Amino acid sequence: MNAMAKAGLLDAPAEAAPDAAAAAAARWALALAAIPLIADAPMLGGIWMKAPPGPVRDIWCEALARHKPVRRLPSSADADALDGGLDLAATLAAGRPAQRPGLLAELGDGILLVPMAERLSRSLAARLAASLDERGPVVVLLDESPPPEPGEMPENPIPQSLIERLAIHLDLTGVRLPMAALLAGETPDLDPFMPEGDMTRVDDPAGNLAAAAVALGIASVRAPIHALRLAHAHARSDGRSGPAAPDLQLAAALVLGPRATRLPPGDAPQEPENDPPPPDEPPPPNPDTPPDSPDNEQQQPNPEDLTDLVLEAAAATIPPGVLDSLSKGLAAKNSAGGSAGAKLRSITSGRPAGVRAGAPGRGARLAIIETIKTAAPRQKLRPPRDDGRLTIRHDDLRIRRFVARAASTTIFAVDASGSAAFTRLAETKGAIELLLAQAYVKRAEVALVAFRGTEALLALPPTRSLARAKKELAALAAGGGTPIAAGLALARRVAETERGRGRTPLIVILTDGRANVPDASGKPPQEAALAEARALATTGIRAVFIDCAARPRPEGPALAAAMGAPHVPLPRLDAKAVVAAVEVAQKAIT
Amino acid sequence: MRKAFPFSAIVGQTEMKQALLMAAVEPRLGGVMVFGDRGTGKSTAVRALAALLPPMMIVPGCRYSCAPVDSAPCIEGCRERAGKAVQQVPVPFVDLPLGATEDRVVGSLDLERALATGEKRFEPGLLAKANRGFLYIDEINLLEDHLVDLLLDVAVSGQNVVEREGLSIRHPARFILVGSGNPEEGELRPQLLDRFGLSVDVRTPTDIGDRIEIVKRCDAFDREPDAFCARFEDAEHKVVDQIAAARKRLPKVEVPDSILELGTRLCQAVGADGLRGELTLLRAARATAALAGKKLVAPHHLASVATLALRHRMRKNVLDDTGSTARIERAVAELVAA
Repeated sequence: MNAMAKAGLLDAPAEAAPDAAAAAAARWALALAAIPLIADAPMLGGIWMKAPPGPVRDIWCEALARHKPVRRLPSSADADALDGGLDLAATLAAGRPAQRPGLLAELGDGILLVPMAERLSRSLAARLAASLDERGPVVVLLDESPPPEPGEMPENPIPQSLIERLAIHLDLTGVRLPMAALLAGETPDLDPFMPEGDMTRVDDPAGNLAAAAVALGIASVRAPIHALRLAHAHARSDGRSGPAAPDLQLAAALVLGPRATRLPPGDAPQEPENDPPPPDEPPPPNPDTPPDSPDNEQQQPNPEDLTDLVLEAAAATIPPGVLDSLSKGLAAKNSAGGSAGAKLRSITSGRPAGVRAGAPGRGARLAIIETIKTAAPRQKLRPPRDDGRLTIRHDDLRIRRFVARAASTTIFAVDASGSAAFTRLAETKGAIELLLAQAYVKRAEVALVAFRGTEALLALPPTRSLARAKKELAALAAGGGTPIAAGLALARRVAETERGRGRTPLIVILTDGRANVPDASGKPPQEAALAEARALATTGIRAVFIDCAARPRPEGPALAAAMGAPHVPLPRLDAKAVVAAVEVAQKAIT
Repeated sequence: MRKAFPFSAIVGQTEMKQALLMAAVEPRLGGVMVFGDRGTGKSTAVRALAALLPPMMIVPGCRYSCAPVDSAPCIEGCRERAGKAVQQVPVPFVDLPLGATEDRVVGSLDLERALATGEKRFEPGLLAKANRGFLYIDEINLLEDHLVDLLLDVAVSGQNVVEREGLSIRHPARFILVGSGNPEEGELRPQLLDRFGLSVDVRTPTDIGDRIEIVKRCDAFDREPDAFCARFEDAEHKVVDQIAAARKRLPKVEVPDSILELGTRLCQAVGADGLRGELTLLRAARATAALAGKKLVAPHHLASVATLALRHRMRKNVLDDTGSTARIERAVAELVAA
């Protein structure tokens, strides 16, 4: 059974329908169990909830609001909204300073709900992280970012420094609730996960949780600290003086499992799907503690057994991405926390470049001198104030403008197929490292898309970090067919995302131009590649085509022409020549 | 106010603790850069050290935390106003948020006063608040470049010069700059890195015993902060005394010529750029000697700080993977033993 479950899990993680339903139901029960904990123990920091907007999430939020006052962070909020500040409109109307209270101070020990957390600006995230360090309000992030596309590494747009400080990580993606109750507008029965078992106090809970964290490949020590806090909180809510084995299991499922970067070493991983309940029923009891786990084992748990129990509980919530990448033989990469580059918002940063009319807020800053200059000539037309001071109206307000230099992202799309792939990849890696070494001058970022076999892979997500590039490029596989169309498609997607971030993308394609893998719809290889090249041309994204065919062939120039890219024949590829070609192209865009 | 985690209760991380102590003893070292993963106790250590230091005396109500006796005049003439009164305040610890605007950091025209009463008044920023204390910036590598430039400039000169919005003000801003960051999320420009005095690499403790101890201590601190702090009171006093004694001793610590020469040879051997590295190396060695209660800097003091002071100043060959630390250690082993 175990072996079967393992095989099912590794081969088709998404398709195993009843298992997936059971796992989702277990996650729902866990999410419900998290609510009273977070309400009673503010030192846990909060919850990072991944869930698409919808009824499931709404019901969860309602349940949360029944425990503690909840305030939503308005999407228009800026740093002033959190900390309070001068209310400019009220100040102008009243003629004396009017303060606006900050959300953080107002909330006290309430709960701050952050919808669309993936859009949270870095400054707000940093402010929230600092507030958590000072035991501010509990923060619940509702992350609505879509799950990563196959072949792409999950990239996390929310700053890690904030997520780290939230003890509980939940995922409600794929959870279903009974449709009948939803249709009737009723709240379905809420049966939170209730850990069962021997409730005698454990001798060394810290040791067990720390050992489990190591076994799951969690580097940060904050994770076991949070887990222990949670175990204590749960024991306390149950009226016990110290955590027992079930408390630790709950802590493992809520805190450790979601942070895991690998499966526990040693024996076969424990699957949550050991005992799938009928999928139609509402939240099942407790699918991740197998009913056959012998009671006598729990009676006298020695430390190793207990750690195993904890690991088993954590396995229920290990993110599917980890299993997925493990099954492909890749090491799980820790997502490195969003964009490092500056946003290209000309009212917030960069060199000063004059002023324009407008109200401050949302990052825009008031240009005081200009405001007064605007107001001054109109004083005669306005009723004079009793105290003889300037009358300033809303129309007079001026804000400062800035220009920020456009930062570029160079996306390499490299043909990793065939026998020449090793040299090609090695020289590309060299070029990437050379480009990153000078990245501080241009704030440039580099990404790498490798295509081989039947698919393309984002081998290096856009980064400015040389250290990260070296680490992730170290083990890049090569050989197999040449799916040029897939490579171009992925490179275009990455480039479009980058453009959305306000950066200027440049795609550098390194191939000999001979496709030999048809696309998904069965179009002939070369035709599919040409179609993708034309699609790329319509987006207006700049590209360079580096043709590394040993002898001149027609395919390369044809592809380059289709995507509107300069054709650079480099039969003897070397890193420096690639960098030179990239630099010429970069000069052309900036 | 919440109690801070005791400095001496931090498990492991000796290099980081050593660097912070040195910075507390010798402010001219010019800040500490901590590179490392999250959840390694970086901010805990800095906060703990700030809370550990004995409270300082300021002129009551001064917005720049001026010392009662100081040659530098306060721009607001606080001493004249306050007369002989003094006020005791904890050593300031300012946590610079990542999204901080330049206004907030440098200070700006007091908007409230300007709009309501038309008065031109300077509203001090975070730099003023950090005067004589610590300024901590988590993820400094993600901070906008122009802010990092500005911070380093102020940290080195000890003065914040404001020329904007019709204001022309300079006020003292002497603080110990502590930056932290994860190199995997974007690197700091080398010319900025060079301005930091010391550079520390922190790693998550790999020893399972250490990790368990950390979790246990945090748990004990969570539940009974007072009892936990009492457990470490003696150790904390020892650290306070050590810092106080070292500060007093520092001006008297001598650096023999042989050590000066050794420092130069060491910098040449590892190819560390610039005179700044050499100066920092010697200052750090002196601070170490002072902390150890010695009046003379010995070769082993120099050896113990070589990686801290030089690691981030070496010319990097991008395609060479040999760690800077390893190269320094090799050079130290050759030169100091000889």
